[in-house]
Amino acid sequence: MTEVSMAKEDVASTGDLVVLKSVNKHFGALHVLQDIDLTIARGEVVVVIGPSGSGKSTLCRTINRLETIDDGSISIDGKPLPHEGKELARLRADVGMVFQSFNLFAHKTVLENVTLGQVKVRRKDRKQAEERARTLLDRVGVGAQADKYPAQLSGGQQQRVAIARALAMEPKVMLFDEPTSALDPEMINEVLEVMQQLARDGMTMIVVTHEMGFARSAANRVVFMADGRIIEQAAPDQFFSNPRSDRAKDFLSKILHH
Amino acid sequence: MPAGAPPTGERRTGAHPHAEAREIVFDFLSGYDLLGAFWVTVQLTLLSAAGSLVWGTLLAGMRVGPVPLMRGFGTAYVNIVRNIPLTVIILFTSLGLNQTLGVGLGSENFDTINFRLAVLGLIAYTSAFVCEAIRSGINTVPVGQAEAARALGLSFTQVLTLVVLPQAFRSVVGPLTNVLIALTKNTTVAAAIGVAEAALLMKEMIENEAQLLLISAVFAFGFVCLTLPTGLILGWVGKKVAVKR
Ligand SMILES: Nc1ncnc2c1ncn2[C@@H]1O[C@H](COP(=O)(O)OP(=O)(O)OP(=O)(O)O)[C@@H](O)[C@H]1O
Ligand SMILES: [Mg+2]
Repeated sequence: MTEVSMAKEDVASTGDLVVLKSVNKHFGALHVLQDIDLTIARGEVVVVIGPSGSGKSTLCRTINRLETIDDGSISIDGKPLPHEGKELARLRADVGMVFQSFNLFAHKTVLENVTLGQVKVRRKDRKQAEERARTLLDRVGVGAQADKYPAQLSGGQQQRVAIARALAMEPKVMLFDEPTSALDPEMINEVLEVMQQLARDGMTMIVVTHEMGFARSAANRVVFMADGRIIEQAAPDQFFSNPRSDRAKDFLSKILHH
Repeated sequence: MPAGAPPTGERRTGAHPHAEAREIVFDFLSGYDLLGAFWVTVQLTLLSAAGSLVWGTLLAGMRVGPVPLMRGFGTAYVNIVRNIPLTVIILFTSLGLNQTLGVGLGSENFDTINFRLAVLGLIAYTSAFVCEAIRSGINTVPVGQAEAARALGLSFTQVLTLVVLPQAFRSVVGPLTNVLIALTKNTTVAAAIGVAEAALLMKEMIENEAQLLLISAVFAFGFVCLTLPTGLILGWVGKKVAVKR
């Protein structure tokens, strides 16, 4: 498990990795992100939870500028998010993203999915890229599926390939937007286990999820959002056993009792 | 042939009993280079198909791209060109480009110039339809595919050429086949500027020979021979390359 920790090898430059300052975003009249201030330290695992429509996905997507913001600032590793072009592409390569619906490239094999970014963005030679891809696929437990197409894999396998695809870029931070929400129950754990291992290896992670078990065991911090605002944030134990805001109490009572 | 028509092929000794009859029936074909004319049709089709695939893809790229000027150009091009009759476009290449503006497309030879002008006109026209077919293919590719590609750090052009277009093409083999078949038949318009393809030969034969129905049938058969296999083969290809989701 030494390769994943590559993201951490520049421990010399510790400190804040992702910083959002008074970020605002509207979708038309809807104020989806309201004065968001959020700082994520290198190596930290932050779980974002909140009711549907509270802006969790949007928050995640602004961090690699899949969504633009109206005002405020976002910086990654001390550099403000570029607005477009090559600079933005370079930054995105440093930010891994895992989607709810996997989004593996449907016309490419599993192996090609994991090598594409390495070859076309990182300019690695193909052999090296394939070697790394196979190592990562083995690590997430789908090494045997390397030559299949995404549609031939189960959801859990696809999501693990998607994680390998993101890791192949050697990202500084990984964003997960409800990575297990589209999975059948029996496949959720195989994905959570991979994420847990990643967290143990020191990857900086921002995870939107309703998996409280994962939050308790892997997260350093829980961020609770409602109506486009961060309502409270705390260590998982503290948040789950003793939420301060009424919104959080209400939300937890709904998701914990069923 | 009237039933009682005297056999004129007596002198020739055909080994096959029907050989003579065939010779009589298709007598009107002798002296005409039918294969040569259809070969020109095939050349017109292939060159125009290749050209309009390239130009049509570029147009589609412009229409889905982030640059407003290019989007505007792509939209305007498609909407203007596909609403002009092909005959007008082909005549324009000859009367406008060649005779008025002196565009010779690198040749002095009258036939070569006209052939190239026809290809140019066919590309200009057909690419508008290719563009729209490809654009509809792009719309079948889920947004998540492009988002995942962008999230990896691929540039707009890379996202388009590595992820979106390969999937778009696979989903529009059928519509593109229709465009190709239409193009094959549209090459007949090149006769308007004197390109010696099948339709020009047909016109010539109709003027000189009596068997009007038969002549038309021969040419119809010729075109079916070109387009039917195209449709069958590409139909098979389309199924084979379809993206499973
Ligand atoms: N592209 C868009 N255009 C317009 N409105 C949008 C768009 N994307 C999201 N929204 C709206 O913004 C709000 C926040 O959406 P977001 O997806 O961030 O919520 P979420 O917290 O991730 O919810 P869920 O738990 O359902 O995924 C919602 O009301 C949603 O309808
Ligand atoms: Mg969401």
